[in-house]
Amino acid sequence: MSQFILHKENTRGHANHGWLDAHHSFSFANYYNPERMHFGVLRVLNDDSIDGGMGFGSHPHDNMEIITIPLAGAIAHKDSMGNSAVIKNGEIQVMSAGTGVSHSEFNANADEQLNLLQIWLFPNKKNVTPRYDQQTLDVAARHNNFQQILSPNADDAGVWIHQDAWFSLGKFDEGFETEYKIKKAGNGVYAFVINGEVTINGQVLSKRDGLGVWDTDSISFKANTADAEVLLMDVPMELN
Amino acid sequence: MQTTILYIGRDTEITAVMNRLLNARPEWKGLCVCKNEEAISICKEQHIDLVLLGNGIDQESEAELKNKLLALRPGLKIIQHYGGGSGLLYGEIMSATN
Repeated sequence: MSQFILHKENTRGHANHGWLDAHHSFSFANYYNPERMHFGVLRVLNDDSIDGGMGFGSHPHDNMEIITIPLAGAIAHKDSMGNSAVIKNGEIQVMSAGTGVSHSEFNANADEQLNLLQIWLFPNKKNVTPRYDQQTLDVAARHNNFQQILSPNADDAGVWIHQDAWFSLGKFDEGFETEYKIKKAGNGVYAFVINGEVTINGQVLSKRDGLGVWDTDSISFKANTADAEVLLMDVPMELN
Repeated sequence: MQTTILYIGRDTEITAVMNRLLNARPEWKGLCVCKNEEAISICKEQHIDLVLLGNGIDQESEAELKNKLLALRPGLKIIQHYGGGSGLLYGEIMSATN
């Protein structure tokens, strides 16, 4: 029998720092909720809006798989591995922090708001060599389809990470129905609604709601509105 | 009451950040070192409430460190710190101490 946890948009942690308006699906920074520590190896799901030209100065990370998905605008990234890049909507960035890396992240535009999802997963191996990658995604390929954007495999679609996790993005017409099969036994799937309204396993989800489902091998999906957009995170439920 | 937290990680930059973050809150006292020997020496000299294991500690070294710390302070809470002084720190400490 499948189990689920529903995180409505307005129950997320919220911190407004002026230049940064952040919503946390799981405990982060000063937002601490013992019931919201993680979903399997998914530890952080931050929905950040950053004012033009503003951002996070250089700061370190270690032992975490960090995925950034810009939803609107563009982010300027620099890191201690020598990478300097701008990642915009339609692209995905991944960083394996491993033994340690420092980076800065700023809104690349002075006059445009940046909205991004930053997602952190516990790695399946500690102290790996830090690495960075980014990819431009074929946005058209996610029309009425869950397009894989991340996997554990370097030769598979999307970016890869040190974890048995698969991410998929889809943008759907109203009324479109499908089923998503979980990629690996023991994984669960956390669905995050980027836009619109959808029904997953009978649960109606609105914009920025999250639903975690586990102890199942598939989930049912229906788009209730036009341009419904959803991110699925298929992750191990056991911490390594 | 102040919680005394001992952090051990191999990266000097991250260790410096951890030292700043742990001592920025009045309810925490942070002692941050890069070497096992330094951690053991601190543990011999003063009470520690919580140990955070940071980056770059290999499996063998981690096992040895845990054994020595627990021999000095049976029941000492030792947890893995992820993220390098980032947004996870507060939640990790709250979960471990409550």
